[in-house]
Amino acid sequence: MSELLIDIFGKPHGIIIFQLVAAARFTIYLSLVAFSGGGVVASMITFLAVSPQPGLRKIAQTYIWFFQSIPLLMLLFLTGLGVPRLIGVDVNPWTAATISLVLFTSAYLAEVWRGAIAAVLPGQWEAGFALNISFVSTLKKVILPQAIRYGLAPTVGFMVQIIKGTSLAYIIGFSDLMLTGKRWANAPVLGSEPFIIFPIMAVIYFCICYPLAVLARKLEAEDLAKS
Amino acid sequence: MHKTDENLVVNMKKVNKWFGEFHALKDVNLSIYEGERIVVCGPSGSGKSTLIRCLNGLEKHQNGTIEVHGTVLNDNTEAVKKIRKNVGMVFQQFNLFPHLTVMENCILAPVENLHLSEAEASKLAMSFLERVQIPDQANKLPGQLSGGQQQRVAIARALCMQPRLMLFDEPTSSLDPEMIKEVLDTMVALANDGMSMICVTHELNFARRVAHRVIFMDEGKIVEDQSPKDFFENPQTDRARLFLSQILNH
Ligand SMILES: Nc1ncnc2c1ncn2[C@@H]1O[C@H](COP(=O)(O)OP(=O)(O)OP(=O)(O)O)[C@@H](O)[C@H]1O
Ligand SMILES: [Mg+2]
Repeated sequence: MSELLIDIFGKPHGIIIFQLVAAARFTIYLSLVAFSGGGVVASMITFLAVSPQPGLRKIAQTYIWFFQSIPLLMLLFLTGLGVPRLIGVDVNPWTAATISLVLFTSAYLAEVWRGAIAAVLPGQWEAGFALNISFVSTLKKVILPQAIRYGLAPTVGFMVQIIKGTSLAYIIGFSDLMLTGKRWANAPVLGSEPFIIFPIMAVIYFCICYPLAVLARKLEAEDLAKS
Repeated sequence: MHKTDENLVVNMKKVNKWFGEFHALKDVNLSIYEGERIVVCGPSGSGKSTLIRCLNGLEKHQNGTIEVHGTVLNDNTEAVKKIRKNVGMVFQQFNLFPHLTVMENCILAPVENLHLSEAEASKLAMSFLERVQIPDQANKLPGQLSGGQQQRVAIARALCMQPRLMLFDEPTSSLDPEMIKEVLDTMVALANDGMSMICVTHELNFARRVAHRVIFMDEGKIVEDQSPKDFFENPQTDRARLFLSQILNH
């Protein structure tokens, strides 16, 4: 693979592109972990957010509000540098980046999903309750299948935000596309000037994000067509 | 009809309900007996919907007691479930589940609550779809049906839980005129089978034909509670007279 790239682009660009693409793997891994971990946490928060118990709803609202008002960069500093320093342990960049992105993602997704559930007509809940169907079953069999319509497009769209968000993790030493690219851009190697490296990185980010952006737009259009 | 405590279906005593500051039900007392058919009418905002929605716990009352089939309605989930088991409800907007077929709409509750298999529930549902005369639409989605058909499905769906009391909240108000009759006919047939019913409706002919009592509400209070004949021919209050003249002149 690296030979092939060197054959095509020559040195050092073949090597740079190879290293950047290899580093992009970690961007994708981190995005997937953030998305699945964030999705699991978001499901639980969403469940609390739509619960009939006001106390549980309050907890969920507070969670969403709290993590939505902290910039992702701040979360990364806190989990990667602040808290470890405070309690005197080493936290590796993977762990810190994962925790930050899961918190960030879960708050955002929970808000999207809560909104999607709220968009289903209240009469649907009432019909379920009047038929003596339990809260959980009504949610599962009546409300969620309808809420997916409203939530799917923004969820896919948000994946793009997560992928771009992972690029901030370089700041705590997470070795991804961003960090590798920055190292090259700073290296005193002829042909690795920032004006060459950054466009290459942009193209790689674009290749990862574009299909998702297209998918989100397609889902949105389908949704409009249906309603 | 025997009006004894044993066959009390609904017993409301001094029930009050507020929405925030707004006093929606004021000291409502109401007893309904097995097999009785009640029509509730009154001006918009008088609390008709609130009254029947309190009976199956869709709205919570703040004080007074509500007993349905002998069970006191309170915050206890078991009590609410026990009451809902025997009370069916039909809404103005049908509230069918749009992503499920007519049949799936009907069997959801029986499968969950009566612990029937899907086959048993389908058989039961089919018998009620036949009763509301739309067995041939069983595999369609609600969106493919006319309003009148949708409302009849909603009635069948409620009947699948084999309730002892049916609540109707303006079941014909969002229907085109040509579809009102088919829904009312279904309700008359149900009445003839002896079902206890509370119907919020302004269909006076329906009230004349099937109701044992007409309840007239105004500003959160039950103002009149009479036989249809007495109510239409000889309303006791000015408010009822005004209301009747308004709907008759429509
Ligand atoms: N969820 C609610 N929150 C606040 N106010 C409400 C709520 N539901 C009903 N109300 C108010 O309570 C009053 C009674 O409402 P209700 O729906 O019972 O009237 P109704 O007699 O059924 O009227 P309509 O003929 O228009 O259906 C109205 O003034 C209404 O605005
Ligand atoms: Mg009403």
